[in-house]
Amino acid sequence: MATAAPARAAAPAALDVDAVRADFPILGTTMHGRPLVYLDSAASSQKPRQVLDAERRFYETSYANIHRGVYELSARATEAYDAARATMARFLGAAHAHEVVFTRGTTESINLVAQGFVRPRLRPGDEIVFTALEHHSNIVPWQLVAEAAGAVLRVAPVTAAGEIELDALDALLGRRTRLLAVAHVSNALGTVNPLARIIELAHAKGVPVLVDGAQAAPHLPLDVAALGADFFACSSHKMYGPTGIGVLYGREEHLEAMAPVQGGGDMIASVTFERSTWAPLPARLEAGTPHIAGAVGLGAAAEYVERLGREAIAAHEHELLAYATERLSAIRGVRIVGTAPRKASVLSFVMDAVHPHDVGTVLDTQGICIRAGHHCAQPLMARLGVVATARASFAAYNTRAEVDALADGVERARELFA
Amino acid sequence: MATMSELYQTVILDHNRAPRNYRPMPEANRDAEGFNPLCGDRVHVWLRLSEDGRTIDDVSFQGDGCAISKASSSIMTQTVKGKSVEEARALFAEFHDVVTGRADAARGKMAVFAGVSAFPMRVKCASLGWHALRAALDERAPEQVVSTE
Repeated sequence: MATAAPARAAAPAALDVDAVRADFPILGTTMHGRPLVYLDSAASSQKPRQVLDAERRFYETSYANIHRGVYELSARATEAYDAARATMARFLGAAHAHEVVFTRGTTESINLVAQGFVRPRLRPGDEIVFTALEHHSNIVPWQLVAEAAGAVLRVAPVTAAGEIELDALDALLGRRTRLLAVAHVSNALGTVNPLARIIELAHAKGVPVLVDGAQAAPHLPLDVAALGADFFACSSHKMYGPTGIGVLYGREEHLEAMAPVQGGGDMIASVTFERSTWAPLPARLEAGTPHIAGAVGLGAAAEYVERLGREAIAAHEHELLAYATERLSAIRGVRIVGTAPRKASVLSFVMDAVHPHDVGTVLDTQGICIRAGHHCAQPLMARLGVVATARASFAAYNTRAEVDALADGVERARELFA
Repeated sequence: MATMSELYQTVILDHNRAPRNYRPMPEANRDAEGFNPLCGDRVHVWLRLSEDGRTIDDVSFQGDGCAISKASSSIMTQTVKGKSVEEARALFAEFHDVVTGRADAARGKMAVFAGVSAFPMRVKCASLGWHALRAALDERAPEQVVSTE
């Protein structure tokens, strides 16, 4: 790590952080008498006015159920919902809007692929491959379908630095592999996986790939079509949008081949008591009245991120990550967990004499929010030989001054427990 | 909101640094493990009860956890050692009332955990060792993992 380089001057100064901060009402509040320092955006990001206003405006001027009424208001609501889908298709780089299915979030998206795409194809002895750095939401759905079908789970190992071992992954992919599930960015360590290369390896063996994009969506430029991802799942709440909504991108031929997992209104073409025929994509995979206003909010969030520019966001966060790594590494007894050369937005660490929960509480008393725990990645924590870590994560609205507050707080924790 | 020093009192910091009765007990006739699935913290508690099963002759613990859980387990062992099983159960109830803010004062060193009530996210840390104690007293199978509520 370079020493006190004037990183501010060196950064591609495209992001006006003060202006960004002014968009987030909560960042102007205090916590325990101190300015709120929110460093837990990898768990969930805060919401800008643009998103809050879009939802409110939708409810106040355009709300009705979609695909129902003959009346103008329902048509307006339907248009807003469809526009949000088109925005997400553009945001992800999907070729068609109908390749974007609204779900409750990444978890539901992955479960939808597990139950609708993988399960019907799974025979005893077939294999599903995922990696050792996956979030529980990209592990447990595969356990459920594998157990039901008598299929086998294979786990690609990671190095001590937190990088997927590509040769080992390649060796696991074979004739019986029905799917590879892999995170774009590790939520626990911040590792940016070499997705293009990984997808290339899988496709060379005819294996479709599901990408858990929850941590990537708010940080990295995305182009699912160029990457060749077969499925890409992400959540609104981690990309400045509302909770309770997310998307599953799936290549058209895969979504066409999927069995509906939920039946209900809005997903059918016709229904008799004996049988039903399915509506075309994407409605077929969206049974029931969806989170319409949430979709509108998510669309506004995607537009907000596009307006800031993902390259600019990534550059800003990278600068903060580098600075935070430098500051925390300089504190006696601190060890950074996850040292891959390519990382995004996440800094996980442990301390010799201070448990991560105590770090979290000491920082909380100073108005600083970080995550402490296993980050829903217990197998990864076991692999790295830690029970838990403290994790600071950065978003477009964070500043160097906040990194300084973090480092000072960690130093205080060290002194308290010394 | 209590301040940091109200939570991390000197006694707690001391027991975190040098936990008492921190060892496995081969001669134990009861034991149980407490596990907090939210954070991965674990505490293993061993007991040696008297022949009539009514008195805690000895108690020890080991585990992975934060300062609050470690110090609380350590003080728990000091608090219940030599007590009757019924007294130990009553002490747990008393301790629980203190960390959840339902009682202002507790006997002895348990009083240092009063600050926990201002940190609701840490109540489970403080009671983990006590839950393991209760599981051991309830004679659940050895090695059985209990979770905090």
